[in-house]
Amino acid sequence: MFPILAERIRQRHRTISFPAGDPPKIPDRLRGLPVIDAAKCIAGCRRCVEVCPPDAISISDRGPRMDLGRCLFCGECVPACPEDVIAFTQDYRLASRTREGLTVGGKALQLAEALDAKARRLFGRSLHLRQVSAGGCNACEADINVLSTVVFDLSRFGIQIVASPRHADGLIITGPVTENMRLALQKTYEATPFPKLVIAVGACAISGGVFAGHPEQHHGAGSVVPVDLYVPGCPPHPLTILDGMLRLLGRIEADGEKSS
Amino acid sequence: MITRHACASNCQPIAIAEIPALPLEDFRAELAGQISSGCQLSALFAQPCSAQAVRLFAVTSETTTSTLRLLASDVPDRYPALTPSCPAAHWFEREIAEQWGVRPEGHPWLKPIRFHPSYRDGRDAWDRRPGRAIAPCVTDYFQVEGEEVHEVAVGPVHAGVIEPGHFRFQCLGENVFHLEIELGYQHRGIERRLVGGPDRRTIHYMETLAGDTTIGHATACCQAVEALAGREASLRAQALRAVALELERLANHTGDLGALAVDVGFLPTSAYCGRLRGDFLNTSAVLCGSRFGRGLVQPGGVAFDVDPSRCADMQRRVEVTFRDVAGAVELLWHSPSAMARYDGTGTVPRAVCDQLALVGLAARACGVDRDVRRDFPAGFYRFAQVPVSTWHTGDVFARAYVRWLEIQRSARFVSEQLRALPHGELRRGLGPLRPDSLVVSLVEGWRGEICHVALTGSDGRFAHYKVVDPSFRNWIGLALALRNEQISDFPVCNKSFNLSYCGHDL
Repeated sequence: MFPILAERIRQRHRTISFPAGDPPKIPDRLRGLPVIDAAKCIAGCRRCVEVCPPDAISISDRGPRMDLGRCLFCGECVPACPEDVIAFTQDYRLASRTREGLTVGGKALQLAEALDAKARRLFGRSLHLRQVSAGGCNACEADINVLSTVVFDLSRFGIQIVASPRHADGLIITGPVTENMRLALQKTYEATPFPKLVIAVGACAISGGVFAGHPEQHHGAGSVVPVDLYVPGCPPHPLTILDGMLRLLGRIEADGEKSS
Repeated sequence: MITRHACASNCQPIAIAEIPALPLEDFRAELAGQISSGCQLSALFAQPCSAQAVRLFAVTSETTTSTLRLLASDVPDRYPALTPSCPAAHWFEREIAEQWGVRPEGHPWLKPIRFHPSYRDGRDAWDRRPGRAIAPCVTDYFQVEGEEVHEVAVGPVHAGVIEPGHFRFQCLGENVFHLEIELGYQHRGIERRLVGGPDRRTIHYMETLAGDTTIGHATACCQAVEALAGREASLRAQALRAVALELERLANHTGDLGALAVDVGFLPTSAYCGRLRGDFLNTSAVLCGSRFGRGLVQPGGVAFDVDPSRCADMQRRVEVTFRDVAGAVELLWHSPSAMARYDGTGTVPRAVCDQLALVGLAARACGVDRDVRRDFPAGFYRFAQVPVSTWHTGDVFARAYVRWLEIQRSARFVSEQLRALPHGELRRGLGPLRPDSLVVSLVEGWRGEICHVALTGSDGRFAHYKVVDPSFRNWIGLALALRNEQISDFPVCNKSFNLSYCGHDL
């Protein structure tokens, strides 16, 4: 007993204050929200488009547009561009309520808005989610799991990952939805009682990610179930996922300030 | 003397023409002979070679001489299975049957492993009608009969945040007679899409085919490509890859020890290790911006360098995190209630381990003194060694304890390498790949031996690419570990292996 207590004291309190307090520590090399300086883009140059593995970049008359729902945040477009048009910032806030909201370039990322008042009354202080991996590579899954550790302590927001869809208010889905998981995902969704939410985490669950175009998959959760929140990344940083969930519940306001 | 096989070392390309295509009976005898003389089967796969035949390739590895042996044989749509004389081939032959519609006659348990249509039009090992949907895991299962025998089916959707798979237990009361594991839910068709590469997606397939082994698979692929291009990455790049590979091992082993603690209800270790796993991942993020090492390993080198202050930051993080892991894990070893659940649970007998050629820490926990980093050194492991960690009991405790031994050695390795990184350019341009060649690239990932085999065509593009994740080898180990155990010990046995579903399903 005594060594356990001594070790407990030595391991200290580790839960981050997020979203309150100082901004969280983000690794300086994290590739977060990209910014596009379209004025520098050379007409006719398509090098960023050509190197992008999941075809996330297209060229419009207002310069490059990036679909963060496809983007792997690999950064290959940055050195490919001769004019430094694209740069990745350390901004980890990326989640959006709509598929279109994930496009940047010519428009800003549309950060997730809160649920309506009725849904917030239902889920705002108690949200139970069932996770379904439908072809995920275990990176998104791992960084969802990490939210339940003492560092992020998801349960302090009333959010819990539960063992059965029958106990859940919604699903948190990873992976491109493989053909072999399509039915299981559908059944899990049907087993979840109404009203319910769906959160798609990672490029695969939003668009198929690097597997887009493969006949073995269905280009993400939206092909099978309606999606309420899209969290981009490959995989998203745990803070990106948490930030998205808290925005959905109206616990972080649109301007980035914390609401009570 | 007739040449029956070609020899190569890890990451040494050879001309495909050097590998003699033997008659099947000679192939079988040669393979059995090699295995009985101490070689281990590292890969067995098929490539279509004509309208009527596929070419089987076998790769065996011999630790004492660090030699890989390659042998080949052309087989028609049906051939007498190799598994009866070479049990380690059992899962490979099921894969070959499913991919190419070739039937190994006499295979003791010939079922699909991933549930997808055959890659050769009009040929199916089970004569399923073309175009008919293939339902995953709807297949025959081994059944035990008896009045009080019951069957428990679990999955594909499990209770935790975990990938999907189907587990079928044959039980009498709490006692498990037999566990059968069926996978395939995560099949994304990666191997097929590698043909024609390398291209802009190749490295990303490698990083995501088992996302918790990003560095392991990306390194295996890059070493294969570099070998075929005849150009090595600089020593500095190789050292940074090795550091990243050991960080991947540290993070996963630490997380697994925490998970093993949670499954016996010992919360202190699980709470601390959950956090500490993240601290190792964050050290990878200091190096390359991604907690999983995404974007670091590139053909020709690495994408990120470290200056002295970043190097010092990483060293400090590893040292501090390691100290806390030591404290967290010590509690576990001194907790009799936890040890009582680990000791003698889920034992894989050494003979079974050898016969089925289990790999990695699961094998080392059965006392097998085998580790790619020492036995088939490539990359930086030719210059800096990590001692091999083994334990002899083959049970859950052994798999936990080998993890702890490896954590200690990896932490020291990372600290040492970061203290004296060699100089060199970060990334070198690679020319075209050698045409009509084959290279085997082995890497000791945190779960065990990762084996990639790349074959190029006359255009220097991949004509075939075989990925063998350690999970492909070890799932059968978990199934056998459950024999005569209580079904309530399944979670702790499962965690002690912690195998990859997507790495198996590809």
